[in-house]
Parts: sequence; structure tokens; C-alpha cells
Amino acid sequence: MLLLALDTATPAVTVALHDGVSVVAASSQVDARRHGELLLPAVDRVLAEAGVKLAEVTDIAVGVGPGPYTGLRVGLTTADTFGFALGVPVHGVCTLDALGYAFGTSAAAPDGPFVVATDARRKEVYWARYEDARTRTTAPAVDRPADIADRVAGLPSAGAGAFLYPEVFADAREPRHVPAAALAAFAAERLAAGEGLPAGGGRAASPASAADEDGPAGHGLLPPRPLYLRRPDAQVPKNYKVVTPR
Amino acid sequence: MADSRDEPLVLGIETSCDETGVGVVRGTTLLADAIASSVDEHARFGGVVPEVASRAHLEAMVPTIERALKEAGVAASDLDGIAVTAGPGLAGALLVGVSAAKAYAYALGKPLYGVNHLASHICVDQLEHGALPEPTMALLVSGGHSSLLLATDITSDVRPLGATIDDAAGEAFDKIARVLDLGFPGGPVIDRYAREGDPGAIAFPRGLTGPRDAPYDFSFSGLKTSVARWIEAKRAAGEDVPVRDVAASFQEAVADVLTRKAVRACRDEGVDHLMIGGGVAANSRLRALAQERCEAAGIRLRVPRPKLCTDNGAMVAALGAEMVARDRAASDWDLSADSSLPVTDPHVPGRSAHVPAPAAAHHHHDHDHVHEVAKDNLYS
Ligand SMILES: [Zn+2]
Repeated sequence: MLLLALDTATPAVTVALHDGVSVVAASSQVDARRHGELLLPAVDRVLAEAGVKLAEVTDIAVGVGPGPYTGLRVGLTTADTFGFALGVPVHGVCTLDALGYAFGTSAAAPDGPFVVATDARRKEVYWARYEDARTRTTAPAVDRPADIADRVAGLPSAGAGAFLYPEVFADAREPRHVPAAALAAFAAERLAAGEGLPAGGGRAASPASAADEDGPAGHGLLPPRPLYLRRPDAQVPKNYKVVTPR
Repeated sequence: MADSRDEPLVLGIETSCDETGVGVVRGTTLLADAIASSVDEHARFGGVVPEVASRAHLEAMVPTIERALKEAGVAASDLDGIAVTAGPGLAGALLVGVSAAKAYAYALGKPLYGVNHLASHICVDQLEHGALPEPTMALLVSGGHSSLLLATDITSDVRPLGATIDDAAGEAFDKIARVLDLGFPGGPVIDRYAREGDPGAIAFPRGLTGPRDAPYDFSFSGLKTSVARWIEAKRAAGEDVPVRDVAASFQEAVADVLTRKAVRACRDEGVDHLMIGGGVAANSRLRALAQERCEAAGIRLRVPRPKLCTDNGAMVAALGAEMVARDRAASDWDLSADSSLPVTDPHVPGRSAHVPAPAAAHHHHDHDHVHEVAKDNLYS
């Protein structure tokens, strides 16, 4: 297995290569406004560092969010197109799960349950609760921190969203963004456990968002489809506005 | 043609607005023009909603590439390059196409060409009527743009002569259709009603046509307000609105101004070809009036078939193929989507690749020098 993993659902542009045993090369750049520019050069750099050609990659893993949409789509489009061009499967990873895996397997891992929260902007967070590094216990959601205060009270939390709202997430800890290595390791572990999708499996699947298929218990590889969690901001125009002066 | 195999085979990706377009061309020959449109999803909003368009682009991107390759009957490995609209357009929508094009070009080991949407609208006519005359005058009219452009070399020298100072022509059609309760988009439905109406029934104003107005700029906002007021007055008086006559008279005002200014620009610049592109170029009255006025002025009119006038991937591929044919520098892997890419940049060359190997120079033309030449000296 040679797995290329990427995620653009948080301010970090994250790329890592995993050979089935360990992470071979990785890159992480935090710049919320330049995902589109940074991602491909990062892929090129990671492959060069590992001395590998893209054509040798056997699997693609991509963060499906939740995350701010424009950045999120950069990773998904890139992964989708790589998968098509190379004829290899593309596996989706919930970005919160990758962060939870990083936190739960770190030296600072909490003993009990914890929370992952990323910045959803508009004074909201994307978040989920975890029993441990590999077990999510709530579906990914988007909420105002104050509205979920009692559900996260007393729990350690990881992710930039937790640092933004210390009044709700009293025990915020690193990492803030998805570490490239954790994303790749999480996907490699799941693939080794036989969870992978066949090539083209994600796109051929139902056009519904992955969220529909990923209930609280679901915590593994997903179809490579975006977890938007919000509907587009769009208003049906009110009645025609009269231009004649009164 | 025996040597057509030597012409560049290019795949083009367009996602600047609500159409996910992927086209394949060989030189000036159209091989495939695959489109997935999200227009129906925008209809109830009365206009294109950027986030809705971006979501639809992501869904449609790879399936549309797949369809275009199949339609063209070519292998991806045979492509000479991947072209993509780098701008102008909706930022989030552009980014999906740019990301896909970069990933595809990188995976295939092919050069990437980030190109200008407006120059692509002009270059697409090569697929219909053969090589563009140099120079070509272009009138681009759609829901997003209304411009008069002078293209001396479509890969390196496109000059803006005029543009709308308020609404795009297509927007005016949408707004009038809304006042008349005819739905979105407004262009086709207004055209249909106008066929049965009298274009001389109501004298609507012609914006920016006074002696001291900018000769090549457009304004459709005043016309729009005037039409709306006229309709409201009818309604206020309890009379029926003559929808067909309003549509025909409004459409006449738009077509009149557009063609009058385009023909004048051709005359002033000594250009004997006029190309019309963009979605509004599908309008039957605009086509007829342009034909009439060009004939009278001794100007040859080139208008591609309607499907090539609206946004599509073939136009991007057409310009990409021209970039390859003229040895223009490919774009870098950090190419960004630029929602306000200036029309004067037909493509976005890479920073490192601008030194061409002297031996490899078999350009069809080399017009780079005209950048330094004053406009007024060019055609005298
Ligand atoms: Zn256009």
C-alpha cells in the first residue's frame, strides 16, 4: 500500500504519504486563504521527498470536513481527480475523526471521553464527542458553543474551535489543526482493517452528503463526499421591487 | 486532413459560473463539448447562487471529464495539455475547476494552461469558422459580461475598448423577465415573446448613445428602470401589459445599442471582422440586426452556434490549443483562481517558464512586439 492523504477542511493544508507501515513524508502549512495555491505544490514536495511518483500511489484518502466549503472543496476535487486519473480508490475521512485520532493517540491523550471542535466561522464550531481515539459517539454537527456547553462541560477538547471559545471549552489542548501524519495513519489503519472502497466507489455512491450515512456510530472511512452540515446561504427573492417613485 | 494529428490535443475545463464544462479539441477541431448545468437549481432564486454552483461543480467535475474523453474518443495519455478557466468568474466556482485541472495535469504529466474566460469566449469561434482573423473585434454579451474587445493575438494581446458601466446585457434580460413574471433565465423567454411583438411599439431609451458618451461603453440600468416603470404605469392604470410588445421593444433597444457600438468600433479601428460571443449572442434579434448592420458596413460577422456561445469547456480547450500551438508558457502548479483576472491577461504563464528555447521556436505568428506599439499606429 502507498497511501496519499490530504485535507483542506481546516486552515491547514495537509498532505502525507503512508507506505502501510509508517508515514514516509508529510507537509502541513497553515494559511486559510491559499488552499488552492498550496495543495498541489505540497503534494509534489511530499512525493519528491519520498522519492515516489504519483503513479505509484495505490490509495487516496481525503478529509471530507466538516469545514469551510471553499477550502474543503480544493482537497475533495483534487483527490477525486487523482483517483480518476490513476484509477485508484478515494477514501473519505471525517476531518474531526482525524483530529480526534491525533489527540487520542498522542502522548497527552486523555484517559476518558473528549471533544473535537474546529472553527465553523459565524460564531459556530464543527464538533463531535469521542470515547477514545477510534470511537466517535456523536454525529459531526455545527452549533453555537453556548448551545452545547452542557454537552461538552468538563471534557478535554482538541482543535482550533476549542481554543476560540475558552468559556465553553475550558480544557482546550493541542493539536489545533489536522496533523498530516495522523490523517494518513488513521486512513492506513482503517484500510488495513479492510474498510476501503473500490476505485470509483465513492463517486458511484448516492449523491447525498456523507452525513446521511454517517450516524453517531459510524466512525471509519466514508465516501469522498463533502460534509457541509449547512445549506447554502441563498434567499428566494421576495416580491418584485417597484421602481416607480411614490 | 493528413497532418491534423500534429495539431495540439487539449482538454479544457470551465467552471466560472453555473456550467461545469469540459471540452476536447484538436487544434481548431471540436471533438467533445460535455456540459453539466446547475441552472435549474438557481431558477427559484432568480439568479446564480455562488455556493449552489460550487457544490454542483464538485459533484459534476470528474463525471464530466469522463464524458468528454469518451465523447472525443481519445485517451487521456494522448493529450498535449490541460487548459482551465483561471478567471474572471465566481471565486469558489473557479477554484473547483482550477483544482481539478491541476490534479489532472499533474497526474497525467501534462502542461497546465490557466486561461482567461473572456479570451476563451472569443477563441471558441475557431472551432466554428476556422482561424481567427488578426485582428478580430469581439462583442461579448452574457449574464456576466458585456464588453467590446480588440483581439490582435488571442494568446497574448486582447485590448478592452469598452464594457458595461452597470448591468451586463444578460442581467437586463433576467430583470425584465422577472418584472414580467416570466421566470429565470430571462434571455430565451424574452426572445420567444418578442418574436410575436412589435419592436417599434414602445420607444425605450438607448443608454450611453449621446455624442459626449463613451463611444464603446454600455449601460443597461436606465433601460431596465424605464421598462419597469412603463409596465408599472400600465398596471397602475388597470390595463393589461402587452408582454410581447414590451419584450420586443426592450430587446430591440439592447440589440440596437450593442450592434451600433460594435460596428462603430470596427469602423474606428479599421477591423473588418466582428465576432459575437456569450450567452446573449444566442438572441435571435441581436444576430439578425448584427448581420444586417455588418453587411451594410462591409464587415464579416462571425457568431458561433448558440451552444458554443454560452459557457462551455470547448472554448477553454480552444484557447489552450492555441497556447500550445504558439508555444506559450504553461502555468505553474500554484496557479490560483482569480475572480477578477484582467481581460488583458489571456493566460497566466508560470514565473519560471518564460524563457523559450530558441531552437524550439516555430510559432505560427509572433505578435509579442505589439505590446509596445501605440494603439493608433497599429492599423493605419
Ligand atoms: Zn461567459
